[in-house]
Amino acid sequence: MKLWHRYRGLILPVLVVGALVIWPVLTGNAANRERAFTILKAVALASSLNILMGYTGYVSFGHIVFYGFGGYVGLYLLTEKEWSLWAAILMGGLSSGILAFLLGKAILRLRGAYFALATIGINEAMRAFINNFDLFGGPTGITLNFSVYKAYGGAAQALQTSFFIEAGLALLALVLSYIVRTSKFGLGLLAIRENEDAAEVMGVVTPNAKTWAYVLSAIIPGMVGVLFFFKNGNVEPVDAFPLHASIELLVMVMLGGQGTVLGPILGAFAYQGLRGYLVTSDIFKDIQLSVSGALLLIIVLFIPAGAIGWLRHRLPILRRVLA
Amino acid sequence: MTILLSVNGVNKRFGGLQALTDVTFDLPEGQILGLIGPNGAGKTTLFNAINGIYPPEEGRIIFRSKDVTWGKPYEHARMGMARTHQIVQPLNELSVRENVMVGACFGHENQDLGNAARIADEVLEFVGLAERTDQLAGSLNVAQKKRLEMARALAARPFLLLLDEVLAGLNSSEIDNMIQMVLKIREKGITIIMIEHVMKAVMNVSDRIVVLDYGEQIAEGSPEMIAKNEKVIEAYLGDPKLANQLLEDD
Repeated sequence: MKLWHRYRGLILPVLVVGALVIWPVLTGNAANRERAFTILKAVALASSLNILMGYTGYVSFGHIVFYGFGGYVGLYLLTEKEWSLWAAILMGGLSSGILAFLLGKAILRLRGAYFALATIGINEAMRAFINNFDLFGGPTGITLNFSVYKAYGGAAQALQTSFFIEAGLALLALVLSYIVRTSKFGLGLLAIRENEDAAEVMGVVTPNAKTWAYVLSAIIPGMVGVLFFFKNGNVEPVDAFPLHASIELLVMVMLGGQGTVLGPILGAFAYQGLRGYLVTSDIFKDIQLSVSGALLLIIVLFIPAGAIGWLRHRLPILRRVLA
Repeated sequence: MTILLSVNGVNKRFGGLQALTDVTFDLPEGQILGLIGPNGAGKTTLFNAINGIYPPEEGRIIFRSKDVTWGKPYEHARMGMARTHQIVQPLNELSVRENVMVGACFGHENQDLGNAARIADEVLEFVGLAERTDQLAGSLNVAQKKRLEMARALAARPFLLLLDEVLAGLNSSEIDNMIQMVLKIREKGITIIMIEHVMKAVMNVSDRIVVLDYGEQIAEGSPEMIAKNEKVIEAYLGDPKLANQLLEDD
């Protein structure tokens, strides 16, 4: 009973992710599995971004840089160093974490729009750098040799395995998000979000707290990047650092409700569902990004707290379950 | 009598403006020091210097026998200094309890969340916000926000409390409540520096008073001495008769 009380905010998020895993397994349909994979990937990325954006209040417009960078490191290790997928995923996450640590020391002293602009700059600079970096294949990127999949029971089996790893990463992301949200460290982050100067006066060591929030929000995207490009078979600068994907992540976080554990998960779910419809519909397929732009505008104007934030505000009784 | 805080020859400039000139005083443990002066005299700037927000260009600030002149605000907080803000700074989207827990968690006692929640409830009871613990801080009115500022600072269980105009904007019964609270805090052994414009209050509560005018420390002494000091009367009270009148008020 006590345990259930303590972790009740985790129940709904785990149920959502659980359902996403069981659905393709039960239907045994590869197309459903790929759909679920995309949603789980979005869940993992959006939940990670939420640690920085939702809890700490620092909007990162270029968060996809950690996904791309981790992916590159992972694929390099898989092809050139013949590391196993597991080791490559861990290393991808670690590299993105280190990158975030170094970047954080430099740009986390900026606030508001200046920080957001700097993160866009970093993403673009990273793409330009990788484009000219021969070790990572320059503009053509890195392509996996098909024989790599043999170690994982062939390509078909590797897809299956990737799906379960993705589910594990999504679960890890939301558990991490929950732990941060309910910890003392998280309280410090929320204080920074609300009023950084007041937080500092109350003793929150803001430079450290912000740096660790940035690092924590970068690790899982790095791991997801390795997994995605492993499954994809190759990585190129254009696919690794797409700015529009960063913005889509922002929409997901804001749609569901920034600063909540469940919000980004629902946001990722809803946005990917909408996107799936838009790209296949005749009317919207060419303008699906404009629709996300319009959506972002509507959220910012009318429900800045997102769906979960709105519910929490309207029905305080839900606050206990909607962490 | 141990000296808790010692301010030595502090100078602070903002561009061409000399905001503080050679401010020097010692504050013994357990006392209330009143800091007064006309608008723009540099009172809040002095707080910011003591607090580590704007380190001074010259001079030393010694807190609990350590030189903290160049320390960051969070370092000061972790050494046992807490303050309230003249313009209230609530963490709007957090509950009242969470606001106060921040103070307890990151102050010099470095409490964990469980203890912090307990301390928060105690302190909120003390400042009279017990019924509002689960409300969002943004939904409080000004007087309540001032109490919240006080509660956050107290939850850190500081050695030194800096109160920046906690009475401003309050009505007379709220002022009386707040003064009682300040006296109770002193009974707990917490040393206080208070900036105040409400003369009656500051004269009654303070053990000693420092007067600033255009960044210069023009007088220092007991409330009675300050009220009779001609420089102070000239700079601050303007009319000597008014000074007497203010003292007789209580």
